[in-house]
Amino acid sequence: MNIPFFPEQASTFAQDVDNIYFLLCALTLFFTALVLGLITFFAIRYRRGNNKVDRSNAPEEHLPLELTWSIIPLILGIGVFIWSAKPFTYVYRPPADALEIFVIGKRWMWHVQHANGIRENNELHIPVDKPIKLTMISQDVIHGFFVPAFRVKRDVLPGRYNTVWFQPTKIGRYHLYCTEYCGTNHSEMGGWVTVMAATDYQKWITTGGAPGPTPTIQETLVSQGASLYQTYACANCHQSQNGVHGPSLYGIYGKERKLTSGQTVIADDSYLRESIVQPESKIVAGYQNLMPAYPVGAEAGQLTEEQVLSMVAYIKTLGTNSAPVAPAAAIPSQPAHPFDGVPHTPPINGLNGTGLNGTKPADKKGTQAVPAAKPGPAPSNVGMMPADGSVPQMPTFKATPDTNPTVKPTTSAPAGNKSSAEPVTKPGTSTVAPGRTPS
Amino acid sequence: MSGITIQPGHIPAERISTQPENYLNWSTNVKDWLLTGDHKRIAVMYVISISFFFSLGAIAAAGIRIALLNYHDQFFQNETYNKLFSMHGIVMIFFFLVPSIPATLGNFLIPLMVGARDLAFPRLNLLSWYLYIIGGTLTLLAIIFGGIDTGWTFYTPYSSIYSNTNVVLAISGVFIAGFSSILTGINFIVTVHKMRAPGLTWFRLPLFVWAMYATSLIMVLGTPVVAITLLLVLVERTLNLGIFNPANGGDPILFQHMFWFYSHPAVYIMILPGFGVISELIACFTRRRIFGYSFVAFSSIAIATLGFFVWGHHMFVTGQSMYSSMVFSIISFLVAVPSAIKVFNWTATIYKGRVWFTAPMLYAMGFIGLFTIGGLTGLFLAALAVDIHLNQTYFVVAHFHYVMVGGATLAYLGGIHFWWPKMTGRMYPEFWAKLSAGLTFVGFNLTFFPQFIVGYLGMPRRYHYYAPEYQTWQVMSTAGSSVLGLGYLIPGIYLIWSLKYGAIAGPNPWGAKGLEWTVPSPPPSHNFDEIPIVTEDAYMYHDEDQVLADKDRAAMGITEQGEEHDV
Repeated sequence: MNIPFFPEQASTFAQDVDNIYFLLCALTLFFTALVLGLITFFAIRYRRGNNKVDRSNAPEEHLPLELTWSIIPLILGIGVFIWSAKPFTYVYRPPADALEIFVIGKRWMWHVQHANGIRENNELHIPVDKPIKLTMISQDVIHGFFVPAFRVKRDVLPGRYNTVWFQPTKIGRYHLYCTEYCGTNHSEMGGWVTVMAATDYQKWITTGGAPGPTPTIQETLVSQGASLYQTYACANCHQSQNGVHGPSLYGIYGKERKLTSGQTVIADDSYLRESIVQPESKIVAGYQNLMPAYPVGAEAGQLTEEQVLSMVAYIKTLGTNSAPVAPAAAIPSQPAHPFDGVPHTPPINGLNGTGLNGTKPADKKGTQAVPAAKPGPAPSNVGMMPADGSVPQMPTFKATPDTNPTVKPTTSAPAGNKSSAEPVTKPGTSTVAPGRTPS
Repeated sequence: MSGITIQPGHIPAERISTQPENYLNWSTNVKDWLLTGDHKRIAVMYVISISFFFSLGAIAAAGIRIALLNYHDQFFQNETYNKLFSMHGIVMIFFFLVPSIPATLGNFLIPLMVGARDLAFPRLNLLSWYLYIIGGTLTLLAIIFGGIDTGWTFYTPYSSIYSNTNVVLAISGVFIAGFSSILTGINFIVTVHKMRAPGLTWFRLPLFVWAMYATSLIMVLGTPVVAITLLLVLVERTLNLGIFNPANGGDPILFQHMFWFYSHPAVYIMILPGFGVISELIACFTRRRIFGYSFVAFSSIAIATLGFFVWGHHMFVTGQSMYSSMVFSIISFLVAVPSAIKVFNWTATIYKGRVWFTAPMLYAMGFIGLFTIGGLTGLFLAALAVDIHLNQTYFVVAHFHYVMVGGATLAYLGGIHFWWPKMTGRMYPEFWAKLSAGLTFVGFNLTFFPQFIVGYLGMPRRYHYYAPEYQTWQVMSTAGSSVLGLGYLIPGIYLIWSLKYGAIAGPNPWGAKGLEWTVPSPPPSHNFDEIPIVTEDAYMYHDEDQVLADKDRAAMGITEQGEEHDV
């Protein structure tokens, strides 16, 4: 029978963790043997029947000894702390070129969305030797994303995004578990992570994995988000040119936002999500609380986490000085994720070269044209209108904010956010500290 | 120490009915039990009630172990399995481990050890037992009406919104039982401060009293926080206010902060009294003053204090700030220092001692070994990078069982055996006690050591179904648990047996030091005819004590080796 003693090492993180683990095992073994050995030896040697041993001058206290066994554990403890803190910091700093994949936990399955629109359930396909960053959220209770072979784990919370990253080093199939107890079928909420060679992965992600499990190619995440952006007429208030009702969304990702409360927050994924779902909780300085909330939920008219995720993904792609453009259709056969030398110019945007290069679409209030290239009547959007079924209009517009530092296209484009050159996932990924949500 | 003489004489079994009046036999009226203010009677009532809850928790554990024999168990439904481990956790933690040593041995011994006639607030003490019973009954009703499936940690928003089980009932039970802890803590603190006998200075106190004092501080400071937290869960669940549920603007992580602010110190509520018991046992059975008395005493206080600043080490993977995690991690490492001080001081006490291998001593030695492993494996979980892997796996389960079962429960059993003659006036059968100490030690290791391995392999806790490759370890664990179960069952039988048939114990069958051994066994209701005056430090053992103890035991029909002969 094959009895495993030790988990596979399949990520760059695994070796670091295992080294500390072995050190701790050695320390545990040493001290346990020392204490048990001494206790047994003393107890037998000084048993009450044995009168041949010298019991004279038995000490009652001994300061040097006390200090010895206080200071040695102290030094060892601090040493282990430092050694184990170092790899811990890596977890909080995903490399800028990490491939971002979105994960939604719901009772009791893992739902994975690749940037090009491929979705899978309880399966995650990733390329070997490539940093992978997962942006995760739960639709209901707290879940935990855990791949033992990678030695990574991160809780998946409702209401905010958590991220985890790792770099797989070994091709294979590994367990994926939910580690935060989530109810009846908690132990069945798991699946497999498949690490593939780069070429296999490219084939998989382009063809939708056929004949693999059964992921289905849809629109890219960003184009789904763009469609929703249109459906909900977000541009009515958030246009850059006359975005007087609400702050412009152009180029805000990863930037500091000044709030009416006087605080500043970083506009990271969780902030963007919160501003859709509960806009009243953080109002940008100079604006009023006018925006209706678009809650996530199962009822008719409410958004799903997938939809919010796609809108966040879309807003992240928004450049600095322009209104959004009709999203191009996601073409499943479009070559995706070339890993052969070109770092990260994936087609996940579906907007390559169109959306963010200064094209100015019509931005009349409430009259966004249906994007020409949009495939069909956006079936996934049906039923996701606000509860009353109407296109949301700003009811009353009372005050014109006189300070809006970000609306002026000319001033709001800080150097470095070259969104026209690298339209999609680049902005902000290196500037926010994932995992640290403003609160 | 006091003017009370040890009576070495033999009390024949037939004279039991004419035994001098003591706290047990002065009245057998049920009303005199249920309305008693006597700390000793309340302690006995606690022993009975926590034994009941322990059995309940053990039955749930047996169910869990049966389910895990098979990686795709068909015996239970997922739902049932979840209810089993929730019941096991809730009952064992809130209704066995937290009250175990403080409410039984603590209640019984603190007034005796400090030379007082009772605790400071006898009626408060009785109230705390009633609160415990009310809390326990509510939780029991929650179980009878279909159970609860949140786990003992009640994480939100699962517990406050999603679970369809009897959360309100169970949480109310835990909430009420919390007040029982608070009242016990207040009682002990006041008693230790105000009611010590003349001459009994702080540094003459037995270490058990120091440990109970540290425990009481945590009870009083920590329990209100968990009470507030659980109340907020109830409010969210019944009134649908957004406190922890993000859909209503709440924060689920807030719950974890508040919960662990109590529940990590609660771990020390469970283990500190164990330290106190072990110090008493080691001192008595090595005939030595505890090595480094003041270090052992202050390490209890240090653990209680540091214990309040480490709660975040339960939350390294929740996404809490990296820097918070680092602070929580390093303080957790610091807890290792006072723990190490205790272990090494106990070891040094055995050096040049006169070691008497009785069952309580075996329990104490087992405790030191298992607690050492339990404590050191805690460092794995305090180490940030390693905890990312180990969090929420079986490694955690193994670690806290080494501390809670290998530590706290072994200490409780050791203490119960040690003070059994004092509490009941009867000796337990030494052979069977040694046998069950051995079985407990072996069975415990067989049960929980495999869980370290399966935990590092990555098996998450609270899993009904699991990957087939872990099965060997789980089967081993179940096999061990049946040995462990036997180790608990045997004492249950012979301790009850000994109430009627055990050898009659003199006032001091161990030749032990401490004021509790200067009064008859069982003690009279008022403990001391005359409040003793203490003139020496704790654990001042002399060779004469041994001679006296041996004479006493010979009179009881117990031989040198502790083997029992016919009474």
